[in-house]
Amino acid sequence: MSARLEVSAISKSFRGLRAVQGASFEVPAGSIVGLIGPNGAGKTTCFNMIAGVFPPDAGEVHLEGRRIDGWRPDQVCAAGVGRTFQIVKPFSGLTVLENVTVGALLRSNDVSSAQKRADEILEKLGLGPKRDLLASALTLPDRKRLEVARALATQPRLLLLDEVMAGLRPTECDQMVAVFRELNRAEGITILLIEHVMRAVMALAQRIVVLHHGEVIAQGTPEEVVRDPAVLESYLGEETEI
Amino acid sequence: MIARLLEGVPRRGLAALGALLLLLLVFPAFASGYLLSVGFLILHFAFVGQAWNIMMGFAGQLSLGHSLYVGLGAYAAAALYVHFGISPWIGLGASVGVAMIAGAVLGFLAFRFGVAGVYFAILTIAFAEFARIGFDHFSWVQGSSGFFLPVANYTTNDLWNLRGSPKMFYYLMLAMSVAAFVACHALLRSRMGYYWQAIRESPEAAQALGVNVFRYKMAAVVISAAMTSLAGVVFAFYYNNLFPEQIFHISRSIELILGPIIGGIGTLVGPLVGALLLTGLAEGMREAMLQLGVEVPGVKQVFYGICLLLVVMFLPHGVWPPLARHLGLERGAGRREER
Repeated sequence: MSARLEVSAISKSFRGLRAVQGASFEVPAGSIVGLIGPNGAGKTTCFNMIAGVFPPDAGEVHLEGRRIDGWRPDQVCAAGVGRTFQIVKPFSGLTVLENVTVGALLRSNDVSSAQKRADEILEKLGLGPKRDLLASALTLPDRKRLEVARALATQPRLLLLDEVMAGLRPTECDQMVAVFRELNRAEGITILLIEHVMRAVMALAQRIVVLHHGEVIAQGTPEEVVRDPAVLESYLGEETEI
Repeated sequence: MIARLLEGVPRRGLAALGALLLLLLVFPAFASGYLLSVGFLILHFAFVGQAWNIMMGFAGQLSLGHSLYVGLGAYAAAALYVHFGISPWIGLGASVGVAMIAGAVLGFLAFRFGVAGVYFAILTIAFAEFARIGFDHFSWVQGSSGFFLPVANYTTNDLWNLRGSPKMFYYLMLAMSVAAFVACHALLRSRMGYYWQAIRESPEAAQALGVNVFRYKMAAVVISAAMTSLAGVVFAFYYNNLFPEQIFHISRSIELILGPIIGGIGTLVGPLVGALLLTGLAEGMREAMLQLGVEVPGVKQVFYGICLLLVVMFLPHGVWPPLARHLGLERGAGRREER
């Protein structure tokens, strides 16, 4: 399998605090990869470097063979990377449909066809009935869905999901898992997800990368990773039930 | 094209707008000279309010120095007319050009170097002040002693040279206000309009969705500046005198943003409602006080202050959004509802 995303030895410090240190991992095309680790491990920092929020201090990021580190977020998005924010950033004063239309307008100049596409995505994520509500009126789980819908509207080949399951009830979580599986299977979207909800990670990810103190301490299949003593010690703990 | 513009606009809203337009069209037939000048002022403020609203209401960039573009537009067209006899219809090209360049320089400095929020607003004030002081010493347009256009008692309306009766100016301003309204409506529904609103709500999220934030913010400033300068051209030919101390003064910048703030920032109808309320009521009150034989200097400013205070306290989104809800005209009238 060729790599959709290749992260090579990226590092980032914030005023001397080393958030990420020489992290390397690959996301094969068509796969779903989970990025896990305790709070403060540098997961979101990794995402931000991939998505272009800030450049890495060292190391490289390649998307489908093209080097993208140092690009602006809108350039990264146009290159085919959609992302969600852990702390949701809805366009509060706009309706749900308008929120998603903004994303869809990246690939279409025409507002009405963008709206049509936005509507389809909203249906897929179960937000259809709420399309005319203001985004500020949504509950947190719906806002998380909206984040996903907006990112999907940009027609990404790689989707970066930053804790979209957090705060969802188990049944809602399972619904989301089904949606991502379907997107991955039917549309071939590659997914890299940060997640604390192990139930979702185990159900989705074919590979898992574990970050701890900014370093990759383990990677492999879910089965390998959950048995890894270093992972058990630093993150999952003894009593984790899968 | 027209069908597309009207799409989704409620019938009642359209009818109300039509009725208002009709009222404005026949207004000069009944109005006295004084009332006509109030009408002109209302339309003038509705127009510049609309232009300012593109930057603040749509794209979320607060400008407190819009008098800069009014002044540049006014001076450019007036100077070309006085010095070379060039018609304002040609001169406005220079006005728009100069204003766009000023806007582009300001926008570039601010957005390239991450000047945002309050600091951006201060930068806009600085530009206007810079122009005020600069024009005070600009001898080609007579500096601080003021620049005058030849006034003659025209019995005929010369639209080509913008020399004529207040009625002509009223209709010109009306046409411009209608055009601005339609243009803003179309802009708001375009890709650019969506991107502006996205930037206003969350620049980070907009950028993550592929929006080139720098480019669209620049577009907002430049378009707003161009539109505002047109109001300056008419202003110059209507009043026939220009003083840097007046036209570039910060009080002008404030005066022109009160309308959209009181009417409803980010809405299409807000600037119009705001201008009607503010200018209409302020002038009406002054006139009523004159009739009663009381003359208090500065009463207009006090009135503006009170209006602003009341609106901020009781209608934080302006007069229009709640009014539109009551009238059932919510959609298509442009929105920025309660959060």
